[in-house]
Amino acid sequence: MSGFDVRRFAAALRSGHGGRLGIVYHDHGPAPDACWVELALPYAADLVGDPDSGVIASGPIVTLMDMATSMAVWSRRGRFSPHATLDLRIDYLRAAVPGRTVVGRGDCYRLTRSVAFVRGQAHDGDPADPVAHVAGTFMLMDDWT
Amino acid sequence: MSEGDLPPYVRLLGATLERGEDGAPRLAMPFADAVLGRPGFLHGGAIAGLLEAAAIAALRHALAAEGSARIKPITITVDYQRGGRERPTLAAGTVTRLGTRIANVEAVAWQDDRDRPIATARVNFLIERGA
Repeated sequence: MSGFDVRRFAAALRSGHGGRLGIVYHDHGPAPDACWVELALPYAADLVGDPDSGVIASGPIVTLMDMATSMAVWSRRGRFSPHATLDLRIDYLRAAVPGRTVVGRGDCYRLTRSVAFVRGQAHDGDPADPVAHVAGTFMLMDDWT
Repeated sequence: MSEGDLPPYVRLLGATLERGEDGAPRLAMPFADAVLGRPGFLHGGAIAGLLEAAAIAALRHALAAEGSARIKPITITVDYQRGGRERPTLAAGTVTRLGTRIANVEAVAWQDDRDRPIATARVNFLIERGA
């Protein structure tokens, strides 16, 4: 039984950078067995990075994956607690198709006393044909045990 | 985009293009709710977006003499070093290698002191010349 309510937390993210990008809750796994979290980034004209093609910039996908993986950490820990992103690497596998919502799934696959290791993928309709892959680490601000 | 023409996403960040004394581009981003993470701090994703935009500006600047070339970011790795506080952020890129098909660019973001970055990034681009 997880004490971290993913859906309720995501609903509160209306303000700030994630809210400005239009990021919303999509789905999540049943903690503590499956602590993945999916957030959705609907297509919007002001996310475009290449006006010639209408393809969105990669920055919003970094934010999407930073948030999805962060929430996966809190899901696994069973509560919200501040952490700081130590590093985040994104591989852009292909451009997201203009007009499509991008769904990002974050997973916390290892939790130590001071570091959370995360990974995830983003797709624009077919999870088997991802647009981006991410790996990162967060420094926990407190001992989680 | 042309070098001085910022795309919609960079405008969403509130960033503007500036020139250093040597003519090299850099981006300035004011602190605003649109780039807020946890209260009082910049969102890590906004910092990453700014770093990537700075890397793109540096590469466009390096490629400006060549005419048309399309560039695509392939990988970006961001190292976060300090929290971004409630003040303006600057970011600039340095092209460390400009190859035929690949460019390696480093970008740094800072607030008060360039020698105390809040984050750095390495961005690898695919270049398609004559596209």
